[in-house]
Amino acid sequence: MADKEVKLMKGNEVIAYAAIRYGCDGYFGYPITPQSEVMETLMELKPWETTGMVVLQAESEIASVNMLYGGAATGKRVMTSSSSPGVSLMSEGMSYLAGAELPCLIVNCQRGGPGLGTIQPSQGDYFQACKGGAHGDFHLIVLAPNSVQEMHDFVALAFDLAFKYRNPAMILADGAIGQMMEKVTLAPQRPRKTDAEIEAECKSWAIYGKPADRARNVVTSLELRSEEMEKINLRLQAKYRAMEENEVRYEAVECDDADYVIVAFGSSARICSATVELARAEGLKVGLLRPVTLYPFPKKPIAELAKRGVKGFLSAELNAGQMVEDVRLAVNGLVPVEHYGRQGGSLFTPDEVYRALKDKIINRG
Amino acid sequence: MKETLIIAGFGGQGVLSMGKILAYAGVMQDFEVTWMPSYGPEMRGGTANVTVILSDRRISSPIAYEFDTAIILNQQSMDKFEPLVKAGGTLIYDVNGITRHPERKDINVYSINATEECAKMGNARLFNTMILGGYLKVCPVVSMENIMSGLKKSLPERAWKMLPANEQAILHGAAIIEKKN
Amino acid sequence: MCEVELKKENIVYAKSSLMLDNVMHYCPGCSHGTVHKLIAEIVEEMGLQSKTIGVSPVGCAVFAYNYIDVDWAEAAHGRACAVATGIKRLHPNKMVFTYQGDGDLSAIGTCETIHAAARGENIAVVYINNAIYGMTGGQMAPTTLLGMKTATTPYGRDPRLNGYPYKIADMLAHLDGVCYITRQSVHTPANVRKCKKAIRKAFENAMAGKGFSMVEVVSTCNSGWKLSPVQANEWLEQNMLPFYPLGDVKDI
Repeated sequence: MADKEVKLMKGNEVIAYAAIRYGCDGYFGYPITPQSEVMETLMELKPWETTGMVVLQAESEIASVNMLYGGAATGKRVMTSSSSPGVSLMSEGMSYLAGAELPCLIVNCQRGGPGLGTIQPSQGDYFQACKGGAHGDFHLIVLAPNSVQEMHDFVALAFDLAFKYRNPAMILADGAIGQMMEKVTLAPQRPRKTDAEIEAECKSWAIYGKPADRARNVVTSLELRSEEMEKINLRLQAKYRAMEENEVRYEAVECDDADYVIVAFGSSARICSATVELARAEGLKVGLLRPVTLYPFPKKPIAELAKRGVKGFLSAELNAGQMVEDVRLAVNGLVPVEHYGRQGGSLFTPDEVYRALKDKIINRG
Repeated sequence: MKETLIIAGFGGQGVLSMGKILAYAGVMQDFEVTWMPSYGPEMRGGTANVTVILSDRRISSPIAYEFDTAIILNQQSMDKFEPLVKAGGTLIYDVNGITRHPERKDINVYSINATEECAKMGNARLFNTMILGGYLKVCPVVSMENIMSGLKKSLPERAWKMLPANEQAILHGAAIIEKKN
Repeated sequence: MCEVELKKENIVYAKSSLMLDNVMHYCPGCSHGTVHKLIAEIVEEMGLQSKTIGVSPVGCAVFAYNYIDVDWAEAAHGRACAVATGIKRLHPNKMVFTYQGDGDLSAIGTCETIHAAARGENIAVVYINNAIYGMTGGQMAPTTLLGMKTATTPYGRDPRLNGYPYKIADMLAHLDGVCYITRQSVHTPANVRKCKKAIRKAFENAMAGKGFSMVEVVSTCNSGWKLSPVQANEWLEQNMLPFYPLGDVKDI
């Protein structure tokens, strides 16, 4: 196609481009390394002059997530982005967003923690992203891109899923994916939804001023009557079960004949795909299972590999061992599951992972 | 074809933008490309490096721990990256500020005195393109035509008047690079 | 039920059609009910029902959305001005207001309030200051007067232990993004009328894009103050008004 636009871009920059191209209505954010390029790029592109998208620098991540809440409550497509410490500040807001069932997008370009930690890449926020990360029983939809192209594509996917389930969605990236440049094919410009389209689509819940033909809408997460609140909880849980049933996404690389499988997501999965090449070159049948949705987690495909005769799994993560718990739950004791990780902003090398696979799984006594 | 390159030196030497020019040129040449910077609070004076991978196949890991080529622009980077050049690979360095020259015998070592040559030309900002010229002489992974369009892409429009001087610097870099072993 | 049909010209008072019939949870004597009524009347009189979006706080007014028939968002504690910013930026032609208490606006939400004001967000803020945390059971607020007894200052607010009360209205008035700051009360019929005018002006400013407006309503909390409604109105006049004087702080 002649109008196919291939660009060389940083992951963070492409989030901004994709937001505009996919018709996002508003962005609210606060600068933090290593994701500040998202808002910088938006401010440079001035989408308010073209598509009408609003871009606002808030005074804190607490303010940005609550602006997101206000914007999402109107049924518009709104997003924010931050990095780990900023996302912690937003976690209160995420619980409210999930409780009020507001569709929106949060991008976390993770850095190492705890605390201020380091500005180098990490995957230490897996638990926070996938297990609620704030008070109350809730889940975000969590997508883990492993390339700049996926940073672009997942903006659309995240909004689609968020609106399908009326639930906040997160792109869980890291400093490596955010700062790296790769080739990316940009989507053609989609128009933003008109107010009339939004009102038709979100009439039952969104607030934009009560017209005469409907009752007032109230966006809230509050319900003091416990029997009513339990009904809300059960409805949320049913929604999460539906996501688990319908929205699991993953990539299986050379898993069909694999004796051993590495499970890795995001930038780690890129590194581990080189591990698979190393192992295959030596004749070892190693595969890679890359969860694309971290929540809902690809339990079934992992369980099936375990049943099919894979002899062991290595969960390779840039943290102290978080996703490994979900891999173990999926494998359910059938075969060994071990973790290999680096922390503090350090990345592992393909051969380090290969060595860990041999030491912890293949040659275990 | 796969070229895994690290460019390492001080912030302010144009390390990241040199990588960017090469990456853009790689895109023009239809390669798969990754450009992975060290990032941090260093702007000028701190250490900076960037890994650029050009390949005719999908690039698995954008993070590399051994390199086909290292372009080294200060002593800290020499100490850190000389050992990480693959046997048979290439090391290119600017002699300015280097107190310990490369010692490995199993790699091809080239030097380029771009600091001094730029000073002679009266424009220190041509430093990185001069080094790039030297690199392209030794490793002609992308065409000159694509390098020039990569250069144009990586510069803001207001700096396009600098394009001819940069082209001269690239050609000059190719002329002055010297094999050391 | 009164079955007598009144002629329109004989009606001297009617409940605003925007006041819903839900039974109010506020204590008898509380100022909230009066201020709710004023807001419902103003929205109706301005013909803005289909354009109005309210943001309710955490505090006694958390259920404001049960009483006034407009679209509402319920904000997290203190974040109403940020939520309102998000709504107003995406709907610049709508009437967006927040309704917040003194704990919500001037303790936990100070940051969001000040920055919305500094940015000059075109929103109206109704700020109910009763110098106490009503909903959680009468604890000290940042606005609690010196010497005032609350659940967390049982011997009276002591500045050495608890610091001093502050007037956020006066602080906000210094900000360039702010067009209107006023302090009102609803403890007498005359004050109710003045307060209504003030809230209407704030709403008009928000629609006209003049910047940030805030109406502070110096209010009673007779339950928290452990007084009868009448005593609470007297206490307000004797103790609250000297520290929180009524009148416009800024109007441009």
